Amino acid sequence: MEHLKLNDPHQETRLFSRRLLTALVMVIGLLGVLLGRMVYLQVYNHQHYATLSQKNRMSLLPLPPTRGLIFDRHGRVLAENIPSFTLELIPEKVSDMPDTLARLSQLIELSEDDLRRFNERRRHSSSFKAIPLRFRLSETEVARIEARRHQFPGVQVSSELVRHYPFGSLAVHAIGYVGQINEAELARLDTSNYKGTRRIGKTGVERYYEHLLHGTVGMRRVETNAQGRIIRTLERTPPVPGRHLYLTLDAEVQAVAEAALGEQRGSVVALDPLTGEVLAITSRPGYDPNPFVTGIDRASYRRLSTDPDRPLFDRALRGQYPPGSTIKPIIGLAGLEFGETTFAQRLFCRGWYSLKNDDHRYRDWKKTGHGHTDLNKAIRESCDVFFYDLALKLGIDRISSYLGQFGLGQRTGIDLHGEAAGLNPTRSWKRRAKREPWYPGETLITGIGQGFTLTTPLQLAVATATLATYGLRFQPHIARAHKDPLSDEIHYIEPQLKAIVPVVKKADWDYVVQAMLDVVHNLHGTAHKISRKAPYRIAGKTGTAQVFTIPQDEEYDAEEIELRLRDHALFVAFAPAEDPRIAVAVIVENGGSGGAVAAPIARRVMDSYLLEERP
Amino acid sequence: MNLGAEPYPHRGNAGRAFRKRRLHIDWTLLATLIFLTGAGLVILYSAAGGDWSMMGRQLARLAIAYVIMIAVAQISPQTLLHWTPWVYLLGLLLLVAVLLFGDIGKGAQRWLDLGIFRFQPSELMKIMVPMMVAWYLSAKPIPPRLPHVLVALVLVILPAGLIVVQPDLGTALLIGAAGVFVILLTGISWRYLAAFGLAAAAAAPLAWFYFLHDYQRQRVLTFLNPESDPLGAGYHIIQSKIAIGSGGVWGKGWLNGTQSQLDFLPERSTDFIFSVFAEEFGLVGILVLFTLYLLVILRGLYIAHQAQDCFTRLLAGSLVLTFFVYLFVNVGMVSGLLPVVGVPLPLVSFGGTSMVTLMAGFGILMSIHTHRRLITH
Repeated sequence: MEHLKLNDPHQETRLFSRRLLTALVMVIGLLGVLLGRMVYLQVYNHQHYATLSQKNRMSLLPLPPTRGLIFDRHGRVLAENIPSFTLELIPEKVSDMPDTLARLSQLIELSEDDLRRFNERRRHSSSFKAIPLRFRLSETEVARIEARRHQFPGVQVSSELVRHYPFGSLAVHAIGYVGQINEAELARLDTSNYKGTRRIGKTGVERYYEHLLHGTVGMRRVETNAQGRIIRTLERTPPVPGRHLYLTLDAEVQAVAEAALGEQRGSVVALDPLTGEVLAITSRPGYDPNPFVTGIDRASYRRLSTDPDRPLFDRALRGQYPPGSTIKPIIGLAGLEFGETTFAQRLFCRGWYSLKNDDHRYRDWKKTGHGHTDLNKAIRESCDVFFYDLALKLGIDRISSYLGQFGLGQRTGIDLHGEAAGLNPTRSWKRRAKREPWYPGETLITGIGQGFTLTTPLQLAVATATLATYGLRFQPHIARAHKDPLSDEIHYIEPQLKAIVPVVKKADWDYVVQAMLDVVHNLHGTAHKISRKAPYRIAGKTGTAQVFTIPQDEEYDAEEIELRLRDHALFVAFAPAEDPRIAVAVIVENGGSGGAVAAPIARRVMDSYLLEERP
Repeated sequence: MNLGAEPYPHRGNAGRAFRKRRLHIDWTLLATLIFLTGAGLVILYSAAGGDWSMMGRQLARLAIAYVIMIAVAQISPQTLLHWTPWVYLLGLLLLVAVLLFGDIGKGAQRWLDLGIFRFQPSELMKIMVPMMVAWYLSAKPIPPRLPHVLVALVLVILPAGLIVVQPDLGTALLIGAAGVFVILLTGISWRYLAAFGLAAAAAAPLAWFYFLHDYQRQRVLTFLNPESDPLGAGYHIIQSKIAIGSGGVWGKGWLNGTQSQLDFLPERSTDFIFSVFAEEFGLVGILVLFTLYLLVILRGLYIAHQAQDCFTRLLAGSLVLTFFVYLFVNVGMVSGLLPVVGVPLPLVSFGGTSMVTLMAGFGILMSIHTHRRLITH
């Protein structure tokens, strides 16, 4: 080409034409590339992109189910769903956030905590999503905001159904509460069924029966645009509401039990001995579960969790106490059934007892002694010496096996989470736990319910119910039935007979029950005071449990220590004695005397259950 | 009448009288353009979601563009040749003015507010750069020598550089292509080509670090791996590929493209209108559309081939090939073959300036074809 003459028209034209042809070939080649790309996308990968396109425009919106209600045995509502108004802000629509917050705080009450949590949520959320600022607005607050709506762009009031416990702290440990789903719960949940659900049962029956109460999520299949704005609904599967739960609790008996405990720390458990139905189960002090539903503020939670009276702690299920003299009827029954004592056998109680070759004195609570004492008197007046002697004759193996048959030292299997097992000591347990042999002295104190033995109030109630039914040990349960709110189909939860204590001689049981009746109705009975004007006959047994230690890490002033070192007061009973319909266990922490403090509480509970006219 | 200014003095009075009455229009090109812009309106109706005000504006633009095309077709190539350097210089000055006083739209300075209307000098340069290069090289020996090629390259790089810093990578690319096409069509030696190619490859990293803005770099990176940022920059490409791919062979039908009708596809009436077309009309529709484009290009190349002098030949060839670059870059970009550079689908995308520029280019083609002398050797 170097040889071309300047502007030779022919050469020039030919060269240009060649280049045009090259260009044309390239154009066609590149068009072919584009076409190839189209074939690749539209034919070869069509299925893939068609699926993606489908997914793009369809979205499934969860329709959370309405949570089932909780009723007591007479249909009183214990947990309901009420509309709750929440103040929400959409950050991207709020032009001046500090100003808006300042103006809102003049309109309604906004605590430091509200603002702190709002800012916390804001950090973790997209700016186009509504972020809650204040929960539980009152009607007037809603009205105040709605009236000034135009002054607050990006501020809205949303309403949702929120769990509400109309009786507040009543039976709070047993009913429990719902709260925001946390990460641990999210991990074990069937997340597809919890889409759209914000809260879950945290404690009590709310937690145990979560699967019944929650219901099944519904779905709305919608067509959306890229912003997620719904264009139309294509399909709707309604949610299945959660089942209503009917508890065995009697709200009135429960209220009486809680009122009877009053300001004292302690627990009352009342069972129907023939079914295991829990009529009342209380742990005091309690707390109001309602703030937990929408999220309790930190200060209030700290107050609850650091309160030395431990209101969050469920004493009925988790409190482990020495049963004290309340196990004497069972030890006595064991003595009769194993033939280690008889109705007539008597022992002289001089106020203390000692083992052969040992000068240690095991004291009776009555320093002067009870004198000549048979089993009836030993139970009626709670003679320790008689039971030291009997325990020694029975031996620890028979004692622990017999106590075990009444359910002591094992979980009752109640339909609530977190039950403590207590402790029914045996030789092998001691070897394992303490690496020590069992000493005979430990058998003695086990015979009066001290030493290693630990029971929960619920276990004591179960053991008492087992005595009342002559050996039928029902598994305690708190749910009685659940009902489909749509079809009214009802499912009853059958009583479960957990164990039967063999009756060797019915007369032995009659004898022990009579001794328990004498505890209340005999003039010398330790709980004689509560027999006043009783229109039914009560079989009971008092107890006091020594408090050995106070927690090392807690500090009390001297007076407080005094108070906290006082014995726990216990009382177990069932009534009417000839046709037992209620078995009760009462523990009042540091209450002192079982007969004077715990027994009257049991009486009030039994009165309320046995005497009240009910539909 | 000044005879000296008469472009074709040898043809005599009769010929002049005839030419005065004759409208300079290439009917074949006009017909294919009408088909193409017609198809564009059909798909724009769908992409706009039946927004008649948008359709109205587009129709008005088309009308103006056609009028400008026909007006430009009446200007003889000699007149164009005469004014080329001056208009080119004016364009350069305007580009500088944009950098100094321009309005900022969408984060880039492209517009010059002239009071009555806003004007994009870079659009003017899309035509002026190939004209200038053709003007320069047509006066030099063909094929050009190295110094001439280098001067020509400076003529291209100067405005392209000013546009890159605006920043408007898409337009700069098209202008660069238009200028380079002229050089290529002169029959420049392949050895030079190879050398320039290597030089460009060596300069690319330089450009990456010194000339490209962050968002431009981001676009390239996103192009290389769109899934890395599916909700951000990669979103456009992913949604566009879904639209095209889900269209399949027969398409989802006019107005039934879910990707576009439900707002998943961004910029669906402008840069991404091809995806709407592909979704609704499928591969079959694309074949038809490509055929229309190919007809325009074939006619343009024919006009270039028939052109009688070096200037018109180079100019015509370059304009046609630039038109194809529009198509290739746009379709390549929406189908994920090329990075997103913001080049509209020629004659179809909603938007005024590029439409007018393109039609003015076709006006030049018509002028070149209809002002030929009868060859008599």
